[in-house]
Amino acid sequence: MTAAELTRPNARAPLYVRAFWGLMLRDARVLWREFIPFLLRTVMNPLLFTFVFTFVFPKIGAGITPGGNANVSFATVIAPGLVAVAIFFQGIAAVALPLATELGGTREIEDRVMSPLPVSVVALEKVVWSSFQSVIAAAAVLPLVLLVSAEPVSITVASWPMLIVTVLLGAMVAGYLGLVIGTVVKPKQIGLIFSLVVVPMTFLGCTYYPWAQLDKIPWLQVATLVNPLVYVSEGLRVALTPGLPHMPVAAILGALVALFAGLGALGTWLFIHRVID
Amino acid sequence: MSVNAPPPSLDLRDVVKQYAPGAPNAVDGIDLAVNHGEIFGLLGPNGAGKTTTIGIATTRVRPTSGTVIVAGVDVRVHPSIAKRNIGVVTQFNTLDRACTVEENLYFHGRFFGMSRHTAHDRTHALLDRFGLGDRGPTMVANLSGGLARRTQLACALMHDPAVLFLDEPTTGLDPQSRMALWDSVRALRAAEGMAVILTTHYIEEADALCDRVAVMNAGKVLVCDTPEQIKRQSGHGVIVTLRLRAANPELAIGLEAIPGVTAVDPDDDVIRVHVTGVDGVIPQVVALAGADLRDLAVTEPSLETAFIALTGRTLAP
Repeated sequence: MTAAELTRPNARAPLYVRAFWGLMLRDARVLWREFIPFLLRTVMNPLLFTFVFTFVFPKIGAGITPGGNANVSFATVIAPGLVAVAIFFQGIAAVALPLATELGGTREIEDRVMSPLPVSVVALEKVVWSSFQSVIAAAAVLPLVLLVSAEPVSITVASWPMLIVTVLLGAMVAGYLGLVIGTVVKPKQIGLIFSLVVVPMTFLGCTYYPWAQLDKIPWLQVATLVNPLVYVSEGLRVALTPGLPHMPVAAILGALVALFAGLGALGTWLFIHRVID
Repeated sequence: MSVNAPPPSLDLRDVVKQYAPGAPNAVDGIDLAVNHGEIFGLLGPNGAGKTTTIGIATTRVRPTSGTVIVAGVDVRVHPSIAKRNIGVVTQFNTLDRACTVEENLYFHGRFFGMSRHTAHDRTHALLDRFGLGDRGPTMVANLSGGLARRTQLACALMHDPAVLFLDEPTTGLDPQSRMALWDSVRALRAAEGMAVILTTHYIEEADALCDRVAVMNAGKVLVCDTPEQIKRQSGHGVIVTLRLRAANPELAIGLEAIPGVTAVDPDDDVIRVHVTGVDGVIPQVVALAGADLRDLAVTEPSLETAFIALTGRTLAP
């Protein structure tokens, strides 16, 4: 094909698809080499959390009874939250950590930016790949909660569509948030940003309590609405523990779509401006 | 160029780049045409606009104005199509450190749409050609400077680009690796008729390697011709550089009077004396400078003397 023929949009699409696939293959190879450390990193935090709060606490008689409702175990309340944290944390880390180094230190993103794709699609590929990692993380954490907990965990998939949509949208939102962080933050400060931004987000993302129960602390109930993780946790509650209080579905999906569009546009814009002067 | 000649591999017309409003133009209205099969050098000191020019030609810097065509594709309008024709070796080691030498080449091929088989075969052909056959499984972080540069070059050639850009390709390399890289670049041109555009601040590199050279300073192309023509046209013979204990304007005036001296160019405690030939002149120069003289250097007619004549400065770091 000549260069002139290639400038037609229809001729470009298959080339873009193959280049995109090439980028995914590269990421798959890199993940595969580090797969065991990746899994350990992903499950360590939720494993310890589940162990202490749903195994040790009930055994030593210090069990937490959420909302005074003795029929619902704490494990049931936190299960969707821990899955949401896994999705979210993995999504941010998988994009932001390598990107900060690749852009700010070694410039090793070069070869991928020079691949025959629009730069915005190179950014999209990073987010799509991190979403895939988020899904693996979610799939690893959920059975863990069920296995470790000493209390009964009453989880059923009440709505597959809600589960799939929440996981995918949540993963993409986290990936684009990672893109924003990775393009803005210098490699040396990335650890600090995780401690100051990402860790508080995971603790205050309605992970360990349903959002509705925050009505006792109204200022916190309003303030947490800026935290994207809240909508992932609540979305998973709708899908997995519909008997517990949760936000209306329309509010959850509306917020996730808005965050996806907003962070997507911002992250892509920042990435393009980082790699092109 | 005849009417039927193929279009230039790189065609820059009136290209300007201003990084911020009010800042001086990093590239200030340059025109360049590089032909198929040509090794073309951009020579200039740091800050001359060489790297920005390469950045503009390779889609990485958006020009403020002007036209940029690489292998027939307008880079500003169709950057992703233009990238198919562009190979880049950056100034620093930007290889993918999460991957091995072999994987860097292989995935580069996959980015450009090669099948598993084609990418695999071409990776091994290129590794062998660049003497990297036994380095395939090495992680790139463990490569020496020379081997890393060779890997970068092999990687840039994976998709058989029409135009290859090398940004300061031999900076930081030992002399042996530098010679090896020069040989590789010459072989490329001979074997594949690729256009090679390189930036350098090594005069001898431009002189030894390039068919044509554009001398750049402050964002402008001062002259663009073969190294031989540039040397001939600069109109200067030998340059005698005097380093003095202190600036001495009277000495400069005195030197001008010596027969055979064509120009005197004082710059603080350094005076450059342009002479037609050294015989008989140097003793007079030394006698005149007397005890003020700290050091004296004679530069034979070369691209370097031409460069000094054009820009009023040396390239020595």
